Amino acid sequence: MATDDAVSARTEPSPVVAALRDAAMWGLITLLLTGPVVGLGTVASSGTYGFIQRWPLVFSMTAIAFAVRFILMMTVWRRRGAPAPRKVVADLPKSLDSLRKLFIPVFVLLAFAYPFISVFVAGGMTPGRYWIDLGVLVLTYILLGWGLNIVVGLAGLLDLGYVAFYAVGAYTFALLSMNYDLSFWVCLPIAGIIAAMFGVLLGFPVLRLRGDYLAIVTLAFGEIIRLVLINWREFTGGASGINRIPRPSFFGFEFVPSGPTSFAQFFGITHSPVHRLIFFYYVTLLLAFVVLIITIRLRRLPIGRAWEALREDEIACRSLGISVVNTKLTAFSLGAMFGGFAGTVFAARQGYISPQDFTFLTSALVLAIVVLGGLGSNLGVVFSAAVLVGGVEMLRNLGFLKQIFGNDFDPTTYRMLIFGVLMVVIMVWRPRGLISSRSPSVFLTERKTVSAAMVHEGRG
Amino acid sequence: MSEPLLSVQGVKTYYGNIIALRGVDVTVNSGEIVTLIGANGAGKSTLMMTIFGSPQAREGRVIYEGKDITRRRPDEIARMSMALCPEGRRIFPRMTVFENLQMGAIVTDGTGFDRDLERVFTLFPRLKERLQQRGGTLSGGEQQMLAIGRALMSRPRVLLLDEPSLGLAPLIVKQIFNALRELNRSEGLTVFLVEQNAYHALRLAHRGYVMVNGVITLTGTGKELLKRDEVRAAYLEGGKGGVEAAAGH
Ligand SMILES: Nc1ncnc2c1ncn2[C@@H]1O[C@H](COP(=O)(O)OP(=O)(O)O)[C@@H](O)[C@H]1O
Ligand SMILES: [Mg+2]
Repeated sequence: MATDDAVSARTEPSPVVAALRDAAMWGLITLLLTGPVVGLGTVASSGTYGFIQRWPLVFSMTAIAFAVRFILMMTVWRRRGAPAPRKVVADLPKSLDSLRKLFIPVFVLLAFAYPFISVFVAGGMTPGRYWIDLGVLVLTYILLGWGLNIVVGLAGLLDLGYVAFYAVGAYTFALLSMNYDLSFWVCLPIAGIIAAMFGVLLGFPVLRLRGDYLAIVTLAFGEIIRLVLINWREFTGGASGINRIPRPSFFGFEFVPSGPTSFAQFFGITHSPVHRLIFFYYVTLLLAFVVLIITIRLRRLPIGRAWEALREDEIACRSLGISVVNTKLTAFSLGAMFGGFAGTVFAARQGYISPQDFTFLTSALVLAIVVLGGLGSNLGVVFSAAVLVGGVEMLRNLGFLKQIFGNDFDPTTYRMLIFGVLMVVIMVWRPRGLISSRSPSVFLTERKTVSAAMVHEGRG
Repeated sequence: MSEPLLSVQGVKTYYGNIIALRGVDVTVNSGEIVTLIGANGAGKSTLMMTIFGSPQAREGRVIYEGKDITRRRPDEIARMSMALCPEGRRIFPRMTVFENLQMGAIVTDGTGFDRDLERVFTLFPRLKERLQQRGGTLSGGEQQMLAIGRALMSRPRVLLLDEPSLGLAPLIVKQIFNALRELNRSEGLTVFLVEQNAYHALRLAHRGYVMVNGVITLTGTGKELLKRDEVRAAYLEGGKGGVEAAAGH
């Protein structure tokens, strides 16, 4: 630290001046960018276009950029003189493990209590509904993120058509439950298996492809599935999709106001449509835990390590006797299976699905979640799904911003802009994702005893 | 003489339509160190990879422990106690040294892992000090040690080594070659070594082959080859080879 200070003192006149100068630059850039984009707007009025001007908004944004940058320069980045130099991860961060140990129980507890917290904080079942629904949405994306994480994060196979498996899962559930009256719990594993089969189907032709070429083929695969869903009308309902998909029941109890199988009546509570949503939240949460446990366990087996090794060096894998074919296919099929689970949950929650729900945008969002979370990190996926899905969704109700920026400021129109800025900021701030360090995993039987001894000697 | 451990018989390998090996015959006996030297692009790495099943030979046969492995996949061959340490080290940079070594043992059933680990540490004590360091942050020499150590973790009978001295300081090369000699002497490990660094390789090896343009042009014991004028002219440019080679070892 002392040397850093000395360096910055020698090269810069004074930290305050440097920070001011830097913040002014940021303010200027903000001004230049927001000037034309935010400052001027067109309105169509009686056949002609008119301009409206929002200069106060532009200036407040500039001021915010300046102030935030200045404060950051004076506080967080102070000691390093300038924006933090990229850290080179030379060794395993030891603090991370203890942090993780603390985080995880808190997370689990929070996840379980979430519906009740929402109801309590929002002040009643009905207002809490929105928050629980949002929770289910975030969980669905966490499921998708964990699935894609195996393919992209661990095995390093760039898949831009991941939404295909999400769609396969959703349609499998919808069609099975509509046509054969199968229940959610029967459909769930079937949907997973069928999605996994589609994963193998995609995996075979792309076995020899890597990088850009793989990305393009998977992109095409996603589009093909979507086009088939649109055009195979008799089977999939075409562009209008499938409506009135049966909802899962709670061990045979349905979420209806009254009747012999009514959940509310049986438990002697007043009926609320939110019960179903809360039940759904727990179903998704349970599924998420199952998926997480499978992932963690697999990472400890040779196959999990082989995925990671494959990402690092395919030739080395081959020379160590790892079957590249099996490794790739298992990664694709397992990732696809998790996508299929997520699709089932999605279809059951919505009650209606259409090809519109499975566009490339979803693939891109899931990929963004994985990359922003830090490739290969399960915890990172949780964070970035919460930020990208939950956070962006919450921008819808930032009505209070109107008080700051004036009444014609509509935060929802800036959602995608803010989303984009958020992604850029995260990638600049943490180029390798929110959680960039991978924790070493264990897989050999004798390892436990060895490692403890070895680690100590290694460090000593 | 008993049957060789590994024998390559009239192998021709192609990349597409381009021929890389034009009928190669090589034998490696159990307990031997055999080296293959040759200029860049001669086809040395191709021979190594062909033995290991990727690419496969279009003509000819590869016999290992009496079995024809010409059409076996690399992962099958790796399970037959043969290890390949490929050109350019190719350790896993994001994994720790320990995890890299674990990867080497992936074809084993995990029993005897401690012993194998100890063996690697005895050979390269440096690795023990760096156990929790990421592979990518090791020095070149340490990475090569790790690559060899990783290959040894599968408990091979024969170790195929492709240019272990590439880009390393002479002192490190010496250290690595000493380790190989030690392994061969104490455990009888069979080594098939590809090198451009002909002087050290020929001094280490019992026998050697010289490859030019996809064919073997010369063969003999290491000492014999070191004395051959054509070898010295082509692979031991200038002073170094001459004097020291004549002195023997
Ligand atoms: N993957 C490949 N595809 C096409 N040609 C290759 C490939 N690998 C090597 N070659 C060619 O095969 C010949 C032998 O290469 P290589 O075995 O790598 O030589 P060496 O290891 O002796 O330097 C060279 O002419 C090289 O260009
Ligand atoms: Mg080579």
